[in-house]
Formats: sequence, C-alpha cells, structure tokens
Amino acid sequence: MTERTFRDGARAVGPLAVAVAGFGVSFGVIARAVGFGWLAPIVMSATTFAGSAQFASVSVLRDGGTIAAAVTAALLLNARYAPIGISVAPYLTGSLWSRLVHAQLVVDESWAIAAEGEGRFSRSMLLGAGVVLYVSWVVGTAIGALVGSGIGDPATFGLDAAFAALFLGLLVPLARDRRHVAAALLGAAIALALTPFAPAGVPIIAAGAACLIGLKR
Amino acid sequence: MSQTWLVVTLVGAGTIAIKAIGPVLLGGRPLPEGLSRVIELLAPALLGALVAVQTLGSGQALAVDERVLGVAVAAIAIWRKAPLLLVVILATVTTALARALL
Repeated sequence: MTERTFRDGARAVGPLAVAVAGFGVSFGVIARAVGFGWLAPIVMSATTFAGSAQFASVSVLRDGGTIAAAVTAALLLNARYAPIGISVAPYLTGSLWSRLVHAQLVVDESWAIAAEGEGRFSRSMLLGAGVVLYVSWVVGTAIGALVGSGIGDPATFGLDAAFAALFLGLLVPLARDRRHVAAALLGAAIALALTPFAPAGVPIIAAGAACLIGLKR
Repeated sequence: MSQTWLVVTLVGAGTIAIKAIGPVLLGGRPLPEGLSRVIELLAPALLGALVAVQTLGSGQALAVDERVLGVAVAAIAIWRKAPLLLVVILATVTTALARALL
C-alpha cells in the first residue's frame, strides 16, 4: 500500500463532510431556538467538536435539566474519545502543543477513515479528514445559528438516516474477519440492550466492552 | 456567567481534556501487544453500536421507523460497492420519501 496523505484523508471524508455540515446547520438552528443565542452554538462547535454530545446537552437544557445533567450527558457521550485517543496516541507525535491540537481532530469519522487495521492508523489521513470535518461542522453551525429559523428539522429530510448509513459504510471495510464482525455485532447488541435503561451515550461507551473478545486467542 | 455559557465552557473544556488523555499523556509510546489486540476491535464494536443506535434509537426508546428503509437501501448500496456519497444520498432520499409517502 502506498503512503496515504493529508489530501487523501480530506478527499475520503468528503461525503461525510456534507452530512456533517448539514447536521451542523441543524445544531445551529436548534441551539438558537432553545435560547443559546448565535455565538454560543458556534463557540461550542469550535471547542467541543462532537455533534452527539452537543445535541445532548442542548436537549437536556431544553427539557428543563440541570447544568450538571447537561454537562454530564455531553461528557458521557464523549467518554469514548478516551480509548479512541489512546488508540491513535502512538501516531500523534510532536510537541505537547501539536499533540493537544491534533488530538482535537480525532472524531468518530476521522478515526474510522484513518484506521488501517490491526490497530494501526494513518496520521495524515486522520489529520486531513479531521480538518475537513472540523471546518464543515463549525461552518455548518454558523450558517444554522446565523440564519436561524426557516430550516426545518433535518429528520424531515431523512438526514438522520444518513448517519447510520455513513457509520455502516465505515464499518464494513473494517469488518475483515470473524473477530471484527463479532465485535461489531456484540457492540450493536450491547448498545441496543442498554438504550432503554441507560442515559444517552452510555450504550455506545458500554459497547466498547465488546472489544474484550480480543483477549481470547 | 449565564447557564448557556457555563455549559458551553464546561463541555468544551471537558471534551478537550478527554481527547488529550491519549496523545498528550501517552504520545508516541507504543501500547503493549495485548492492549493493541483489544483496541483493534474498538472500532468495529463502537461503529456497530453507532449504526444500531442511529438506526433504531429514538431518545431512550427503540423505534423501527423510516430510517430502517434508508439504512437497508444503504446496506445494498455498500454491498454493491457504491461510493459513500451515493450511499448517503440513497439513505437520505429513501428515508425522506418514506416519511412523505407512508
């Protein structure tokens, strides 16, 4: 395999970036409708850069939840980035500052695109995909927050199904052998089983436990 | 500080810290082989969970709705080796059409 570049990562993530920008618009619209103003949604997308967590905290506040509940829900959703960050840590070298900045570009989609199997990752694919996703997310949010109303719930247009389709499209190339397929199915089963009982985000974190089948020789 | 900015600040700072754990504390250091074997399976496990929850999760409930049709069409497109953009468009259009027509 030839060395994959920053540009390859940026190109590979193109279709995802379109969906991410669309969801960014919806985040901006919804956050503004809930009373976040126009600046806070943009700042949140630029610092948190994790759509599911951002949507979660906004919805908890809208439903009358506490600040603690809103923050906890969001951080629980993002807890998966601890193991994800550790998995790419050997490939993010450089100064403390550059590692801190590059770590922020690691999101589900850039991580999946950079995966080369057997726990290896392409640093340039990760950063290329991460930058494109970051710009899409922040610009999408800004458009939504500034344009505000006039754009309906993206679910109406079917954009919510786009995310499931995208994750499936990312999963299939990774499911190369029986252990990978088993981990995916077990992860899905754990997440679905916990969804009715656990707070949002916890089923996804718990599904990570499926990777323990890797301990079996 | 308003409630909004408090949430934005705490979630932002917390997320930046979580993402930094691996690369800042462990940067460049290789992981033990056993750990690598486990981490290798994190991607399929989490992606499997994300596909399942994005397809069937509806808040804290499970719901079979128009998304299932969209994802089924996406699965066929992926199986036929369609590019990801086409997969996404097919899933979105199928789901939107199903919502409009069913």
